[in-house]
Amino acid sequence: MAPVTEILISFFIVISGIFGLVGSYGLIKLRDTMQRLHAPTKATTLGVGGALIASMLYFLLVKDSFSFHELLITLFLFLTAPITANFISKAFMVNNLRPKDVPETGRDYGWAIYDDPPQLKEPEAEGKGE
Amino acid sequence: MLRRLIPHPLLSLTLGVVWLALVNKVTPGNLILAVLFGFVVPLLTAPYWPNRPKLRNPVAMTGYVLIVLWDIIVANVEVAAIILFRGRDNIHSKWVDIPLDLTSSEAITVLAGTITMTPGTVSATLSADAGSILVHCLHTDDPAAVRDQIKSRYERRLKEIFE
Repeated sequence: MAPVTEILISFFIVISGIFGLVGSYGLIKLRDTMQRLHAPTKATTLGVGGALIASMLYFLLVKDSFSFHELLITLFLFLTAPITANFISKAFMVNNLRPKDVPETGRDYGWAIYDDPPQLKEPEAEGKGE
Repeated sequence: MLRRLIPHPLLSLTLGVVWLALVNKVTPGNLILAVLFGFVVPLLTAPYWPNRPKLRNPVAMTGYVLIVLWDIIVANVEVAAIILFRGRDNIHSKWVDIPLDLTSSEAITVLAGTITMTPGTVSATLSADAGSILVHCLHTDDPAAVRDQIKSRYERRLKEIFE
């Protein structure tokens, strides 16, 4: 294995380790759930990303074979991480916040976790009428 | 007829490509399986997908992905710096509401995902009529600037791609 390859691969592994560590430290340091949510959704993306890039480089440069799995892991991670964050924040809002704690929507309807969507209100009203 | 046989061409293509990437080897057998999955799965799941998502400008999508990838790297460094170097009481978190010009649900989903993955923001919920989005900002002293940045950097581009 050429020294340049080794340095490149270890660089990405170290990057990945640092960001993983900072992300976990953020979980301890930040004050409330909404703030803590920022640490794992972001700092960890580069943490996992670094490990994946290192793995791709290793297979490409050392084993001479191209591996698609890392690309797929990246894709699935980008699809699932925002949804997880979204669900945690919604659960937090339902349990801990009242509508007056967050800004107004600036629309006729309130935020979706406190207020029914317009389409759902109408059939329900009709059902009650009958 | 073709529309009934292949109700979601994009989904078929994605499934085929993802299958080939999963098995990590392009052999005739895998190719046949990929085509089979791309053909059968959309047919079976078509009832759950009443309409086809429209991509008006697929080429612009590549540019968008590159911008978001770059922003994710910047976001990681920024958030790491906030976590490491700011005192616990010096982090000013704020809720920001952003009125949306986007109307297609796919575009709004992509925007919400982008907001969560990029600099110091997490999308929390939509208004009940999907006309604005509630964003939590890890550290900002100027909510208007955050709103402007999201609207001009991401929403404008998504509008070109989807609508």
